[in-house]
Amino acid sequence: MVDEKGVQNAVVELLRRTVVRLPKDVESAILKAYANETDEVPKMQLKAIVDNIELAKKTTTPMCQDTGVTIFYVSLPRDCRVDVEKGIVEGVRRATKEVPLRPNAVHPITRKNPGDNVGDRMPYINWKVWDKDHIEITVMTKGAGSENMSQLAMLTPSAGVKGIKEFALSTVLRAGSNPCPPTIIGLGIGGSADISMKLAKEALLRPIDQRHKDPEIAKLETELLEAMNMLGIGPMGLGGKTTMLGLNIEYAYCHTASLPVAINVQCWAGRRGTVRIHKDGKLEFPTHEG
Amino acid sequence: MAKRLKTPLSESDARSLKAGETVYLDGIVYTGRDEVHIHALDYAEKGKKVPVDFKGSALFHCGPIMRKVGEKWEVVAAGPTTSSRMNSLEPQFIEKFRPGAIIGKGGMSQPTVDAMKKFGCVYLAITGGAAVLAAKGVKDVKGVEWYELGMPEAIWIMEADNFGPLTVAIDAHGNNLFADVGVKVKENEVKVRQKLGLKS
Repeated sequence: MVDEKGVQNAVVELLRRTVVRLPKDVESAILKAYANETDEVPKMQLKAIVDNIELAKKTTTPMCQDTGVTIFYVSLPRDCRVDVEKGIVEGVRRATKEVPLRPNAVHPITRKNPGDNVGDRMPYINWKVWDKDHIEITVMTKGAGSENMSQLAMLTPSAGVKGIKEFALSTVLRAGSNPCPPTIIGLGIGGSADISMKLAKEALLRPIDQRHKDPEIAKLETELLEAMNMLGIGPMGLGGKTTMLGLNIEYAYCHTASLPVAINVQCWAGRRGTVRIHKDGKLEFPTHEG
Repeated sequence: MAKRLKTPLSESDARSLKAGETVYLDGIVYTGRDEVHIHALDYAEKGKKVPVDFKGSALFHCGPIMRKVGEKWEVVAAGPTTSSRMNSLEPQFIEKFRPGAIIGKGGMSQPTVDAMKKFGCVYLAITGGAAVLAAKGVKDVKGVEWYELGMPEAIWIMEADNFGPLTVAIDAHGNNLFADVGVKVKENEVKVRQKLGLKS
């Protein structure tokens, strides 16, 4: 039977795999961008990224020194009796030492760094209860360079789809070279101010080669991605063909009087990982097999 | 042809570099980001001595992952951080401490470009996120200062060996690759707006 210690071990292993190896969809998008680039400067930037991905795998080292703050998405069986929260917190503490992760979590005002990535409300855990038998834990280890470029707009309903496009374009232009392009954009539409921001980040959990199930939204995803790649910001903002690897949208119904739109910017190192913890303690890493 | 330079850089070393060139560095590289800039400028204002000599140095906008093995620190991963966060502090930092090169990602704003031109300093872009590759160019860690600022914010004293490739993105003559790209992006924006059905 799985217990708190089992969750802890699963979280350490999950974090190790997540910071060392990219999910398949992101890695193949980068390889495609590298093959597609012809100018010397962007080609050199993407070559460094491709070489770095290989080197990180070979040496089991975090691909980027910014291993982020740890944001978790947890789904629990209805009859779960395990202290999953404690398992995650202790798992983060141990992973910080054992992987290692960079101790990034600080007090927001004093900036004091406890050194173990644990503090008030950090790791941050989003909870869900589901009808399946296993515990599923997904983590995003997202750096601050890209997170700092994220934006929220409370549009009026009359601004409509044009308003959404305008906001997406201005956010990508403003971010420019800063978020380590080629980026991935998560666009959250509707809900409320806080819900749209949450959806923007959750949109980044979907593989970038999967379009939204609503065909109209899927069309908007493709249209925006193609348009952004015409900007020529390029890898690291030094010019080139690939400014963006992917763009995912999630939406929620919202108040008839509002149109919240949020953007969460992800760097090329789109690190996300999932572990399934089965009742018998068996682990599965669907995003990071082998 | 890539150039290879050793730190500390003389003013003429820095001025010899041109935007677009590729450079590799040897010698001491100091890490320094938000807190190092804030503290160093505060020290300068109070007339206190900072623990390292930044003159001619390569200042790396980087908060690395470090690991202590026995008594010795080693680098695990050391890619650049977003340089624009230091935009408001860098011109003063360059004036007071006279580094020869700033290594980072994303570029910096016009006041820093102006300070680089005035005092002879260059901005060397290194690929963001490529942290294992960057760490390969560090052969030794000579020490750490201001460790109490936390691992990402401390001054790590690293000895570089063929550290790079670095792209001279801002040279000491006012040329700025990021600004050049910005001009092109502005032109491309017209087509993008057309495609999206937005007003220009």
